[in-house]
Amino acid sequence: MSEPSGVETADVARLIERHGLTADEYERIVQFLGREPNLTELGIFSVMWSEHCSYKSSRVHLKTLPTEGPQVLQGPGENAGAIDIGDGLAAVFKIESHNHPSFIEPYQGAATGVGGIIRDIFTMGARPIALLNSLRFGALDAPGTPRLVEGVVAGIAGYGNSIGIPTVGGEIAFEPSYARNPLVNVFCLGIAKASDIIKGVASGVGNAVYYVGAKTGRDGIHGATMASAEFDEKSAEKRPAVQVGDPFMEKLLLEACLEVMRTDALVGIQDMGAAGLTCSTTEMGSRGGAGIEIDVSLVPQRERGMTPYEIMLSESQERMLLVAKRGREAEIERIFEKWDLHAVRIGEVTSDGVLRVRNRGTVVAEIPNRALTDEAPLYRRPFSEPEYVREVQQLDLDALPDRSAKAFALQAGAARLETAGARRLQPGDPNTALLALLASPTIASKRWVYRQYDHMVRTNTINLPGLGAGVVRVKGTDRALALSLDGNGRYVYLDPYRGAVLAVAEAARNVACAGARPLGATNCLNFGNPERPSIMWQFAKAVEGIGAACRALGVPITGGNVSLYNETDGQAIYPTPIVGVVGLLEHADRVVSRRFRESGDAIVLLGEGRGELGGSEYLKVAYDVVRGTPPAIDLAAERALQELLVALADERLIRSAHDCSDGGIAVAAAECCFDTGGIGAELSIDDVSVARDRDVNDAAALFGESASRVLLSVAPDDVSGMLQRAAKANVPARVIGQTGGNRLRLVVGGRPIVDVMVDEAERIWSSSIDKHFVRRVA
Amino acid sequence: MRFGIVVFPGSNCDEDAFHAAKEVFRQDAEYLWHKDTDLRGADVVILPGGFAHGDYLRTGAMARFSPVMGPVRAFAERGGPVLGICNGFQILLEAGMLPGAMLRNRSLKYRCEHVHLRVEQTETPFTMAARAGEVLRIPIGHGEGNYYAPPDLLASLEKNRQVVLRYTDPAGRLDDAWNPNGSLNAIAAICNETRNVVGMMPHPERACELLVGGVDGRRIFESIVGAMQTVATGARS
Repeated sequence: MSEPSGVETADVARLIERHGLTADEYERIVQFLGREPNLTELGIFSVMWSEHCSYKSSRVHLKTLPTEGPQVLQGPGENAGAIDIGDGLAAVFKIESHNHPSFIEPYQGAATGVGGIIRDIFTMGARPIALLNSLRFGALDAPGTPRLVEGVVAGIAGYGNSIGIPTVGGEIAFEPSYARNPLVNVFCLGIAKASDIIKGVASGVGNAVYYVGAKTGRDGIHGATMASAEFDEKSAEKRPAVQVGDPFMEKLLLEACLEVMRTDALVGIQDMGAAGLTCSTTEMGSRGGAGIEIDVSLVPQRERGMTPYEIMLSESQERMLLVAKRGREAEIERIFEKWDLHAVRIGEVTSDGVLRVRNRGTVVAEIPNRALTDEAPLYRRPFSEPEYVREVQQLDLDALPDRSAKAFALQAGAARLETAGARRLQPGDPNTALLALLASPTIASKRWVYRQYDHMVRTNTINLPGLGAGVVRVKGTDRALALSLDGNGRYVYLDPYRGAVLAVAEAARNVACAGARPLGATNCLNFGNPERPSIMWQFAKAVEGIGAACRALGVPITGGNVSLYNETDGQAIYPTPIVGVVGLLEHADRVVSRRFRESGDAIVLLGEGRGELGGSEYLKVAYDVVRGTPPAIDLAAERALQELLVALADERLIRSAHDCSDGGIAVAAAECCFDTGGIGAELSIDDVSVARDRDVNDAAALFGESASRVLLSVAPDDVSGMLQRAAKANVPARVIGQTGGNRLRLVVGGRPIVDVMVDEAERIWSSSIDKHFVRRVA
Repeated sequence: MRFGIVVFPGSNCDEDAFHAAKEVFRQDAEYLWHKDTDLRGADVVILPGGFAHGDYLRTGAMARFSPVMGPVRAFAERGGPVLGICNGFQILLEAGMLPGAMLRNRSLKYRCEHVHLRVEQTETPFTMAARAGEVLRIPIGHGEGNYYAPPDLLASLEKNRQVVLRYTDPAGRLDDAWNPNGSLNAIAAICNETRNVVGMMPHPERACELLVGGVDGRRIFESIVGAMQTVATGARS
């Protein structure tokens, strides 16, 4: 049944290549089938064996991640992971990338990314209640970046706002390495009854297979293979492979599916994401140890004359596949009708473990599920440490290029900064350095972004975006969930293992700073071309680091996503694992944010600064230097710190908590003053000795990014109790200052070094990003 | 008393309004499906926020044709209190139950943030518990909240005291910098001539609990609960 028959060998070779398969992989297909595949089958293999669907390069490494724990209800392998949050409820969550589509068409690429991750969550029977996103772009002042940022942000807003799921947090960083390969990672969390989690399983011979949702069109054919290839200047021609989102259709699907799930008439359900109908039929059958047989002529089609090949590979959005219990079909059909959706019976479950596709009765594809899933290629790709690593890890702080004056003048001059003392800012002056860091788009307020997202719908949002981890209450309980996404690509570039450890630690620390106990994690691994041993080395080391940190901090990985081939014209992005951590607050009203609350409170530093400037935002902004090793981290100390934070919040012994990361303790202290109505602070921090030059040492003390440090504010009456708790937990803690006044003063080794007006610093921090966009009134 | 909360396909603040009525104010609440043809004994009707029918046409343009809008209109004509919030306000405009129209925000961007609102009129069932001139801090979340009315209509709205809430600075002063969307006369809420139908862009249901969004939105719910109790007491005595 090879069709088209009589193709020339050269044509076959070209066909294979166009499908992103290697000659070896094709040979494997022929062996498995015992014959040549026809074109439809070749298409099916090509998407199922693509990197995007098969994880063929990453699987051997992902298997090493810790995925178990008493709290884990569902680990990797389903549409999303789930953890137990008490009261019989489960938090269902996952992160996914939509990098490639967002570069080609920013609005739709980002919008459909949001749509896809939402489907993964409600497919599990969970009501989605929160979205977050992690974005990476090129330098904000580079041509083209603002346009990409506007498109991506508008796309996320357009989809999330319409469907009514709040975007409660996230993070954005700007680095030249992402200029031609932005990252758009989207995270969604939903709540389900733990006993009602629904899986993407097909079973029960003869049970009806239904298709529901949007009609199938020619959009997005080969999206999965596109996401598994590098970019070049022809990428714009791939626009037809980007799909168009319809949040209204998805809202109907969401409500109708949740209503259907409440009836107990379902066997299983899965969304049609990457590789569309192909992936959903194969995976559902495979998980249930069954087969699925469908007739593509029954699939609702948006265009005339679509071939079985096109129907099977289409990635049209907002479509679901579900299996009904026999005898309960009418119930399901009735619910979809209520929502003006038409569930169409397109096939049934079989016992033979084969994906069988018919077209008006005639078999057009017949492939054992196993060939598409378990038997998909698995590569142990060679990896080796690239030479750049040893080179970039060299950092001589006594031989920094003399660029500080220029860089500060650039940043600071643009903002027309002046300290309150009315003296002009001097280049190289620590005041200028602090203000320049606050103006750096990676650190500056993201209000321009998050005010475009509906972050309050569903009335659960406790900590608004910009205040640290996103925190949402769980209605019907006393509890709340804290959510954070983190990952510093610069660190991972300099040292993939340590950088990945730091990503997990920071995400979990942010959650703990809100008062929540970290319970589980999901990750999105954004890397370059895995066929290069240097990239594969970055990947392997980063996965190792994530595993070590997750084990040490007690946060199993419950799922995630891998995005490889993030390269344009051979230039790879910084390797960027984004880690999402979900934590639980037993009492929602004991939540903590980064903001100082009262004047006269003690400021306590947990942890110790060692003046580590490797890979820091300071070196980047001041010297345009990306060198050194990322901060060292002791995971046992990190865990003790996080447990202490949770206990302190629970006992109401702290008024605010903020992690010291980008820009060090100086930036963290400034951020604690912001959004407070101008509460100032004075802090006294220790000298460090990392260089001969005293100015460099001062900068290291102020802006060094040593890990496992948190700034607290504590009511005077609670200080001794709080310090006792810290001593018992073996976490270094000491009072280093006090809140109050309207200035931020930082004293290093007894010498006053920084002194700025809070309102001025806040103005610079809050307006820096806006300035890059076309100004319109209000 | 019983709240009837209309659910259009694409409504997404229906559960929030329901939660406020039922869990915060301990009143009866019932969802009304947009294809329903009666209001199931509702004493007050809320058209909630969202994107009814996706709002792919003008906001609210499709929803006004939903079957439930017949009984809602009849209820309003009998003097029944009707509150349109955000998309609900847009629907009331399209249905002709309130005058004027919405344009895109002048920033051309969706805006979600807390705004300050000065209470201009307390003679409506949704603001009677507030003081005239009181400033409420309540969130908005919309892309098309830029209220427009032709000059003569605008003049008559002002003359008839139909402007219920205006965007102001935190001290209650009119200032264009605090107008989040470019609405004419900083209009955030209006009522009809008989004052029982109110449309507002801000979301009072998002500001009913201290833990989430503050409590200034309670004023709107306290007003209607109070108004209905007055009616009930009046009927009994």
